[in-house]
Amino acid sequence: MLLAEQALNGLQYGMMLFLMAAGLTLVFGVMGLINLAHGSLYMLGAFACAWVAAATGSFALGLAASLAAAAAAGVLVEVAVIRRLYARDHLEQVLATFALILVFSEGTRWVFGSFPLYLTLPAALSGAVTLPGGLQYPLFRLAIIGVGAAVAVGLWLLIARTRLGIRIRAGEADREMVAALGVDIARLYTLVFALGAALAGLAGALVGTIQSVQVGMGEPVLILAFVVIVIGGIGSIKGALVAALLVGLTDALGKALLPALFARFMEVSAANGIGAALGSMLIYILMAGVLIWRPQGLYGARG
Amino acid sequence: MRRVAILNATVFAALVAVALVAHLAGAPYVVTLATKAAIFALAGVGLNLALGYGGMVSFGHAVFFGIGGYVTGIFASHAAAGTPVLTFPFTVAGSAEMLGLWPMAMVVTALAALVIGALSLRTSGVYFIMVTLAFAQMVYYFAISWRAYGGEDGLSFYVRNSFPGLNTFAPLQFFAIAAGLLALAMGFSALVTRSRFGLALQAARANRQRVMASGIRPFALQLTAFVLSAVIVGLAGSLYADLNRFVSPAMLSWHMSGEIMVFVILGGVGRLAGPVAGAGVFILLEQVLGGVSEYWQALLGLLLLAIVLYAPGGILGLLPGGRRHV
Repeated sequence: MLLAEQALNGLQYGMMLFLMAAGLTLVFGVMGLINLAHGSLYMLGAFACAWVAAATGSFALGLAASLAAAAAAGVLVEVAVIRRLYARDHLEQVLATFALILVFSEGTRWVFGSFPLYLTLPAALSGAVTLPGGLQYPLFRLAIIGVGAAVAVGLWLLIARTRLGIRIRAGEADREMVAALGVDIARLYTLVFALGAALAGLAGALVGTIQSVQVGMGEPVLILAFVVIVIGGIGSIKGALVAALLVGLTDALGKALLPALFARFMEVSAANGIGAALGSMLIYILMAGVLIWRPQGLYGARG
Repeated sequence: MRRVAILNATVFAALVAVALVAHLAGAPYVVTLATKAAIFALAGVGLNLALGYGGMVSFGHAVFFGIGGYVTGIFASHAAAGTPVLTFPFTVAGSAEMLGLWPMAMVVTALAALVIGALSLRTSGVYFIMVTLAFAQMVYYFAISWRAYGGEDGLSFYVRNSFPGLNTFAPLQFFAIAAGLLALAMGFSALVTRSRFGLALQAARANRQRVMASGIRPFALQLTAFVLSAVIVGLAGSLYADLNRFVSPAMLSWHMSGEIMVFVILGGVGRLAGPVAGAGVFILLEQVLGGVSEYWQALLGLLLLAIVLYAPGGILGLLPGGRRHV
């Protein structure tokens, strides 16, 4: 029973990571850009949702605001800064987006202060449902799993089935050729960046209901999203989905099971300590393992 | 080449001059700031070896900074408590002697760098950046959950470790130690980059295929440079622990990795004195902008953006004689 609950937690965590990783991997795959400020867009989404939801009392409006705010910030940042970085090397991209994090974090602290905000769940989504087998599980976490799955399907449809998706794939393969065929590549890039930003904002808003909304909340998630896309293979959305679920499940199950496992052959307090330490390192060990086995990631094409 | 050498000497002399003038003017706080700048510069010189000369964009060098710091903190706190650090498989006593702590910190950092480097160098480009970052996070989370040495709260030790013949509590004398090590590291870095090894390393950065075609394995070169680079950063971490008489997981955090990178790039990548100028300016900005606004990091961010977008050569690239020499 505990196992099933932890597996669901892992699934929910994985779906949230997927929302983050999808945007990162899309931006990297299409534009070749490594964007550290993705976590700031996540934070921005959470703040926008918390602020609008508190002002209007409507969580749905808050969600819409998180999408809009993150996408708008994405467009702004892309046009003002990111656009100049596509042709630069990764070091400069890392540095410039690191600088953007400083600006975003301190700017948010300046506007909203250092105290965390809290999001309250709408009545329709709070409470628990009883799953087959008698397990009680919070409805909202199930909703996050549903949103993640819907985004995965939606992204697949977008990329595989629409004209925009064709352009995105073409832009990934050969930028000059696509531009020569008359596609406005600059606008396409802005659009892709805004799409990734909106997904990050959505992830932030959803997680804001589980955790507190505060400056710096995006950074741990950003690093995990990196782990996810390294495992999945950079540029692959399918890889991001598989790796996000793998990371989510490994993390949740590892933290739940390792202390119990160690307790079988050592005293409980020591087992808890070592289990917790190892549990928090487990996903990085998983990543190291994948890299030894397949340095380009599970679904990655390039090394 | 001569102009570059003069520039390097000038930047280093400026740092020493700041400390001396501050000491004579009776401003020990400024001497301590100069010490901090020297230690950060030392870390930057280390990272520059991997990043500037080796072309390995490591976003996880805080792990070596932190390991150097933790080794120092752990040995010093055991020395203060009179307990051994290890009893199995052999007994290791604590130590409060810098000359004993530095090699210890460097050896442990080297071992960590060997493992992390060997794994990370299987990848390149963006993967390498993210993988080094992830390994640093792994150690960061380990430090947070390792309660024996303070966990999240960090580990304090009350007495600064000693150095024969010097009073390490006197700000200027501690500065002398840090500046001396910085000068040594700069000299070492200059020797390495001009050696056959250093030339091959830089060639491997510029054109991996051609280096392989001439019968050199880039992996061995890069791993060696990565370990050397980490060892210097570990030494800086040891000094930083002594400066604050405190170590905490913050030394291992990815913000620290970013900052070490900023020292290098603010000053100028692949330049010997780049990290010194970068760290000095960083500390100066922290003091000046920090006085203007408590949100000074936002201003720092804007300045960094401007440097990356408009002055890719860093501060030294803007100065006459600062032309890039690698």
